[in-house]
Amino acid sequence: MESGLIIWIILAPLLGALLNGGLYFYHITQRAIPQRLFSIIGTLSPILGFIFTLILFLDMKETGNTYSQDLFTWLEVGNLHISMKLLADNLSIFMTMFVTFVGSLIHIYAIGYMHKDPGFGKFFAYFNLFLASMLILVLADNPIVLFIGWEGVGVCSYLLIKFYYGKAENVTAANKAFIVNRVGDLGFLLGVVTLFFAVGEGDMSFSSLEANIGNVSPELLVLSGVLLFVGAMGKSAQIPLFTWLPDAMAGPTPISALIHAATMVTAGIYMVARFHFLYEGVEGVGLYIAYVGAASALFAAIIACKQQDIKKILAYSTMSQLGYMFIGVGLGYYSSGLFHVFTHAFFKAMLFMGAGGIIIAVHHHQNIFKIAQERVNLPIISGTFLIGVIAISGIPPFSGFFSKDAILAAAFAEGEYLIWIIGMFTAFLTAFYMFRLYFILFWAPNKKVGNPYVYTSKTITIPLAILALGAFGAGFLNLPTVLWGEHLVDTWLLQLNSKVLHMSHLTEWILMILSVGVASAGIYVSYKKYANFDVFKPESEEGLIANKFYVDEFYDKTLVKPIQKLSVFIDKVVDTKIIDGFIMGTCNKFVEFGKIVGTLQTANVRFYAAFMLVGMSCIFIYLYISLGL
Amino acid sequence: MISLTSYAFVSMTLFTIGVMGVVSRRNVFVIYMSIELMLNGVNLFLVTFARHHLNLDGQIITIMVIAIAAAEAAIFLSVIILLFRSKKSLDTDMFTALKDKESK
Repeated sequence: MESGLIIWIILAPLLGALLNGGLYFYHITQRAIPQRLFSIIGTLSPILGFIFTLILFLDMKETGNTYSQDLFTWLEVGNLHISMKLLADNLSIFMTMFVTFVGSLIHIYAIGYMHKDPGFGKFFAYFNLFLASMLILVLADNPIVLFIGWEGVGVCSYLLIKFYYGKAENVTAANKAFIVNRVGDLGFLLGVVTLFFAVGEGDMSFSSLEANIGNVSPELLVLSGVLLFVGAMGKSAQIPLFTWLPDAMAGPTPISALIHAATMVTAGIYMVARFHFLYEGVEGVGLYIAYVGAASALFAAIIACKQQDIKKILAYSTMSQLGYMFIGVGLGYYSSGLFHVFTHAFFKAMLFMGAGGIIIAVHHHQNIFKIAQERVNLPIISGTFLIGVIAISGIPPFSGFFSKDAILAAAFAEGEYLIWIIGMFTAFLTAFYMFRLYFILFWAPNKKVGNPYVYTSKTITIPLAILALGAFGAGFLNLPTVLWGEHLVDTWLLQLNSKVLHMSHLTEWILMILSVGVASAGIYVSYKKYANFDVFKPESEEGLIANKFYVDEFYDKTLVKPIQKLSVFIDKVVDTKIIDGFIMGTCNKFVEFGKIVGTLQTANVRFYAAFMLVGMSCIFIYLYISLGL
Repeated sequence: MISLTSYAFVSMTLFTIGVMGVVSRRNVFVIYMSIELMLNGVNLFLVTFARHHLNLDGQIITIMVIAIAAAEAAIFLSVIILLFRSKKSLDTDMFTALKDKESK
């Protein structure tokens, strides 16, 4: 059914971005504008977006309708018909709900975090644009419109990561994020084009692609499935395109929260879920996705155990959790994967916000041992941080437990025991490194008597409190039947799932107890090692793991350096020697020829006249002979 | 009756004298006079043949040539005056401003 409301979900933050951008321009060129105005516009627009989404959601829940909005025809060339169309079905409205909700809270948080920053207005303009791009991505009705949002998200992350562009390393990090994402984007584009040529009829909307997917040969289906997943790898930071995510921590903390919780990295999961009809046809690709996810989850978790930068630890934990989500969607349990996206948004946003609060309170230190040495008393932040840490570690009844357990149970039920074992081990590591973070930040003795209390702004603590509630309670939205729940999220996303979890209640109980046991073991090991850790003797930063398995160095050696060498070769040899040589050689020949002809220019009028005479005589003789007169 | 060939001979002689004057003389005045000589050689040719064919076209062209030559004379004389003012001389070899500087 048609609904005019969908566009307003996108327009609210988009207009906010334009307004804030215009005002900021006025602010820097003409006259100072109070910070309050920027923050009102900046936070009101995502909140409005959330309210519109809520209205739409309640209506859809009531009536069971799916809404779409056809804005205009964008392209019409031959049998290619692309219309600017938005779609609000169960999947997209599910995403939109938490993107706008968590996004709004992060916007409110940013008021406190960015307080008195000279680029306050610019920050909110980019922030709103980021959210608008993500909403375009989520609400798109065809892959082309989705791609607008896809690229918009990439651009905004680039703009925000290098928000403090005065520092060269921030700019490098932003460039890295953008370039690595471009690799993924190429995969996505190729996948969509392959799909378009393979399907060959109908418009490009998801529904018509789904209807015509049967025309496609299995080989092309595999090809486009893998190519689309390459796009997801780039956006969602999976092996091998993950290196940008830790570096993206260069931006201010609200951006990290937004990238990791509500926007950007979840785009890959969403896209795979959106193309669920494609992946259903090719189980092998789904399995491949699940294995990449498992490998990324384990890999990131191992690296996170040795990192010392508070934000980098959280970044690797995001990559690890994204791995879980890909296990879920790869195995065909889309609702489980998306449910983990949902719960993860709450606790990861909260963890990043807490980290941001801590970083401000200790005057911009990011090394966890350094923070511990200068520990300050932050009751609300430390409390919410603990909730986040418990939630991500998977201790019931916190939300992370339910979503992670659903994915692990799915892997077990599918008979993918290797993935299940990797998942379990990663869960152990997750509990270990998250509690390592917690114990060092708030627990380990630092020889100080009484830590100074630091006031934290209300705009920081209130969103934290709301998110803490979500991180605690979000899991109850999708309680499995074995725990007397009703699978609310699974039911809502029923259209996607090709499989239903079939398992005896006993097995399910055993799995749950096992995963709780594993998480507890992780916490215990962490407690033993770090609860009384001497924070004045930080761990060494050497070794394979602390150096992130030298992946960056490896890419540098195998990809970046050769390309650089090729560029230098093209610049110094092909361009200067061959192309310039050819062009300049031609020029020089003309110059030489000109010099010879120039000697005829003697400035002697009689000479010229004689020359004319000779010329004219020649013409006349020629005419006389040729005309036969 | 004087033959057509005689007229043609006279006019071609006039023209040739004019050409030789332009090519060989250095004085701008003399060059100008040589050009006028060439013009008149052509005029004589045109008039002769017009009369021979009893066609007035040639005569008309001749009259136009004379008229234009008169106008041209005015410009030519003023140019000569300007040339003289700049170098105090009318020797064409003195005017070498447009010479190719690189060749000697």
